[in-house]
Amino acid sequence: MSRFDYHRPNSIDDATRLRGQHEDSLFLAGGQTLLPTIKQGLAAPSDLIDLGRLDDLRGINVSAETLTIGAMTRHAEVAASAEARKAIPALAHLAGLIGDPQVRNTGTLGGSLANSDPAADYPAAVIALGATIHTDKRSIAAEDYFLDLFETALEPGELIVKVEFPIPKRAAYAKFPNPASRYAIVGVMVAETKDGIRVGVTGAGPCAFRCTPIEEALAKDFSAEAVKGVAIDHSRFNSDLHASAEYRGALVGVMAGRAVSATG
Amino acid sequence: MNVTLTVNGSHHAVDVPADTLLVDLLRTELGLTGTHVGCDTSQCGSCTVIKDGVSVKSCTVLAAQAEGASITTIEGLGSADDLHPMQAAFRECHALQCGFCTPGMIMAAVDLVRSAKANGAALDERSVREGLEGNFCRCTGYHNIVRAVLSAAAQMEATS
Amino acid sequence: MSSQGIGASVRRTEDMRFITGRGRYTDDFNLPRQTHAAFARSPYPHARITGVDTSAAKDVPGVSSVLTGADMAADGLGGLPCGWLVKSKDGSDMKQPPHPPLAAERVNYVGEPYAIVIADTPAAARAGAEAIIADFEELDAVAAVDQAIHAATIHPEAPENRCYLWSLGEEEATNEAIEAAAHVTSLKIVNNRLIPNAIEPRAALANFDASNGEITLYTTSQNPHLARLILAAFVQIAPEHKLRIIAPDVGGGFGSKIFVYSEETAVAWAAKRIGRPVKWTATRSESFLADAHGRDHVTHADLALDADGRFTALRVRTTANMGAYLSTFASSVPTYLYGTLLAGQYKTPNIHVEVEAVFTNTAPVDAYRGAGRPEATYVLERLVETAARELNMDPAELRRKNFIQPEDFPYQTPVALEYDVGDYEASLNKALELIDYKGFPERKKEANARGRKRGIGFSCYIEACGLAPSQLAISLGAGVGLYESGEVRVNPTGSVTVYTGSHSHGQGHETTFAQIVASRLGIPFEDVEIVHGDTGRVEFGLGTYGSRSAAVGGSAIVTATDKVIRKGARIAAHLLDADLDEVDFEDGIYKHRSSNASKTFGEVAFAAYVPADYPNDLEPGLSEKAFYDPNNFTYPAGTHICEVEVDPDTGTVEVVTFVAVDDFGTVINPMIVEGQVHGGLAQGIGQALFEHGIYDDFGQLITGSYMDYCMPRADDLPSFKVDTTVTPCSHNPLGVKGCGEAGAIGATPAVINAITDALGIREIEMPATPERVWRACKTAAEGGQ
Repeated sequence: MSRFDYHRPNSIDDATRLRGQHEDSLFLAGGQTLLPTIKQGLAAPSDLIDLGRLDDLRGINVSAETLTIGAMTRHAEVAASAEARKAIPALAHLAGLIGDPQVRNTGTLGGSLANSDPAADYPAAVIALGATIHTDKRSIAAEDYFLDLFETALEPGELIVKVEFPIPKRAAYAKFPNPASRYAIVGVMVAETKDGIRVGVTGAGPCAFRCTPIEEALAKDFSAEAVKGVAIDHSRFNSDLHASAEYRGALVGVMAGRAVSATG
Repeated sequence: MNVTLTVNGSHHAVDVPADTLLVDLLRTELGLTGTHVGCDTSQCGSCTVIKDGVSVKSCTVLAAQAEGASITTIEGLGSADDLHPMQAAFRECHALQCGFCTPGMIMAAVDLVRSAKANGAALDERSVREGLEGNFCRCTGYHNIVRAVLSAAAQMEATS
Repeated sequence: MSSQGIGASVRRTEDMRFITGRGRYTDDFNLPRQTHAAFARSPYPHARITGVDTSAAKDVPGVSSVLTGADMAADGLGGLPCGWLVKSKDGSDMKQPPHPPLAAERVNYVGEPYAIVIADTPAAARAGAEAIIADFEELDAVAAVDQAIHAATIHPEAPENRCYLWSLGEEEATNEAIEAAAHVTSLKIVNNRLIPNAIEPRAALANFDASNGEITLYTTSQNPHLARLILAAFVQIAPEHKLRIIAPDVGGGFGSKIFVYSEETAVAWAAKRIGRPVKWTATRSESFLADAHGRDHVTHADLALDADGRFTALRVRTTANMGAYLSTFASSVPTYLYGTLLAGQYKTPNIHVEVEAVFTNTAPVDAYRGAGRPEATYVLERLVETAARELNMDPAELRRKNFIQPEDFPYQTPVALEYDVGDYEASLNKALELIDYKGFPERKKEANARGRKRGIGFSCYIEACGLAPSQLAISLGAGVGLYESGEVRVNPTGSVTVYTGSHSHGQGHETTFAQIVASRLGIPFEDVEIVHGDTGRVEFGLGTYGSRSAAVGGSAIVTATDKVIRKGARIAAHLLDADLDEVDFEDGIYKHRSSNASKTFGEVAFAAYVPADYPNDLEPGLSEKAFYDPNNFTYPAGTHICEVEVDPDTGTVEVVTFVAVDDFGTVINPMIVEGQVHGGLAQGIGQALFEHGIYDDFGQLITGSYMDYCMPRADDLPSFKVDTTVTPCSHNPLGVKGCGEAGAIGATPAVINAITDALGIREIEMPATPERVWRACKTAAEGGQ
């Protein structure tokens, strides 16, 4: 007796159709969060729809302006991709810091973004780079995507197909990992984009967000020094046994400064 | 459900419930008990195997996801008469004590050497320590594991 | 020294099966008609069970039976005992409330099992356990050790939740010396609760053989004979001769697998009751909830010094958490393994220690790597380091000034122990050299230029291993002897099978013990096989804990081996037509001293089993056994020095250099000994920086997985610099002292002393997490604490 039925569609259409047919179904991407969640009894889907055979969802493409990554592309592939490392080294670097090697060999970009764990790494990049999330139905701008704790703009059954990252002039990611889980206690990506300085923060709040005070400071003076002393409002930050909101607030500034230094 | 896969070079077709984990297929259906389970939150890495050329935690992969895959477990890495350089280095460097984390640690280490090579990166103490982030050992303090991996990496480089 | 004799780093015999995936751990065994068990566990820290409805659980497909604590009680099973009776200072016995393996009336900690569900598959068993509907009436709970005596009573037998109030040493003299002292250093010291986390979770597989009434239990045990004794004599699952316990390959223990637990007991009981094999393997989540935890002390301590910096007195007041029940050896840990160690390496003339042990609504607390000795060392070495800073003295020199000197041995401490031998300055000097102590100020300056705060911390520890002798231990409350057995069976072809009551769960006995026997008998290492971990094969034993295997188990094997050599000499004398006193044995050959005629050990063995030409007054065969009961503890000691760098912006602590110089007496296999030190250091550093078992105020464990309980990983630790000095133990035949726990004992205070040095602060609580360190940096920057 299985706790769920398993489906292995061969096309995006089949996948979304199956998802529609089974009300309590879930898409299975890399499974690195979903499977532990099911094992712990914290999720109980009736059906899992494995996206592992949807080759259309995989791959890394570079154009003059953007780096586009398929939703089922694994973290390790992004980290090792020559194209990604050339186009947005900060993104490849970030991908190489997610979880651990085994998780990176299995976990995917789409899975991470659909789950939107407050301490996941990718959301910082999506926000800082002003990425666009393409689903089977529409395109969603970064700022419109992350809504709250584990809550995104995705409709039920909506499937992330790919993510388009505009190539910044320069960017870097600095992460302060949770010593136990290795998720981000705070992760900050700083990017100089064609629309100006963008700073994406993960780990600190209920979901990833842009840090305007730091962006403003960096717009005036793009240096690690400029970040020091920028007041960060931590009143809505997460607080847990690993880090208080106040400490997370301090780390946002420190990590932002380190990211700035790392942009070289 | 039916799952067909190749494990250590042998073809297998098994019928298991859909929620069967790869590690349970290996241990229970195939009797390959060298792959261990040390946690239920996908962190300790004792269950690490090579799936289609890369290391995965077999407690966090459904057997069904391994349909058509090629899996290598510790039993398929090398035999007592013909040890893989990583196995030999673990013994030579005393990189194991109770042995429970060892199979997963060895498989992770083998993949670490592979991926470093693929990325054109040379391994040193720091990168080995970071590369073993997904595996816990409670006995060795990692000191000798790091030595073993570096020694095996040099050996694998010399013989490849 | 031969390449495989004593002192050689022989590569391990056991490794071949482990590196090829052919180890056999408990969960790797399966039996025909096997069923699987899961446990229903209390969600509440403290509650009365008002009803257990198992009907829905029995309806779960695949579930064959559901047995509750009430069923177990009705079967007349006894409770789980504590094996060490500690007496309070007023002479009264400690309070030992009943500990039913499955709770029937009350639950006293989150995770306490109250029913076992048996099913065809593990998944069905778990589903069955979830389907049990139990009614609980919640009661007030307490988790914190320093609040226990003010909280609601957990056991009616133990008013104010007090288990005992134990003391050792001269109270009056100590108080007087403190009052008269030129300087007193006082600290409140919290020793954080740890969760052992052997990577192999506990497991059990039991089978009842109706043909002979025998129960066989495969289980993850460090001491299978003790488990058999307790299950037979106290729990009364089966008579001792009808109970066989097999502890096959065991994936680490660190103390946590010494104890007899509820689950293994229930599995053995259920197998007999249902007439089918029953298997259970803990999930890690269950391990967190229900393995015995370690440490968890709160201490107030005062160290008095005279004007010259000589220690004149030490006063220690400790409250120790026992958890909800007394685990197998829980009571001995904060008493005979703690209070007795408080002299450390120093000639402190007056010591008084008082320990209040309390019950709380948390998992039972018992021995974890070091067991009492890390807590004692932490108290003492934090005090000494703090005193040095307060007096503006070099911490190494303050220690040196107070060391017991080589000529002082045997040295009687004011806290019961008599140290036999040691040379503490030798270890200190070597450690200072290895860390380049003179170069530290320069390194600190260099780190400062990089924005890092660098600190150095010392720890000069002593431990007492191989708890002994039995008579003394029993007079102090031990429920068992503390000897060990060894048996050396010589086969007719001259190969040797050795049976030991010690148990290897990572220590490498199959190698080390074979080295001992091979070198003593002068036969090839490969000709010696070590058998352990099976009450059906090994006569008796007390297992492996407290760094006792080489000192006690090894000595038993030596004694048995020497008996073999002596009997062989009689056979050889006959064969050589010589008087017994004319026969010498060396390198595997019996030699007639005057004629130089000789017989090999193999020839003598063959003659013993094919006694064609044989002494009339001698039994055939060549097999001897010995029980070795040491006449004192052994006293490993050493100096650990740690250098850290702190990133003040984030509070991250990096252990940059760690030096450990230990005196373990004679070293049999240096490779294995170094490995033991490395592992201990990782656990000691883990306690200082990462690990903390935390219950919230309501008694819920909030570090119940690796997401929250921080295990040291490879990238958290440095490579270690380890070395040894040697003063052989004076009272055992090998001169060995024991090495398993030293790292976990010495490392912790060295790390904390280094951090407090780096930040220029007096105290920081363990674990020194990034946030705690960041706050300390902030406070220091804002003008001191």
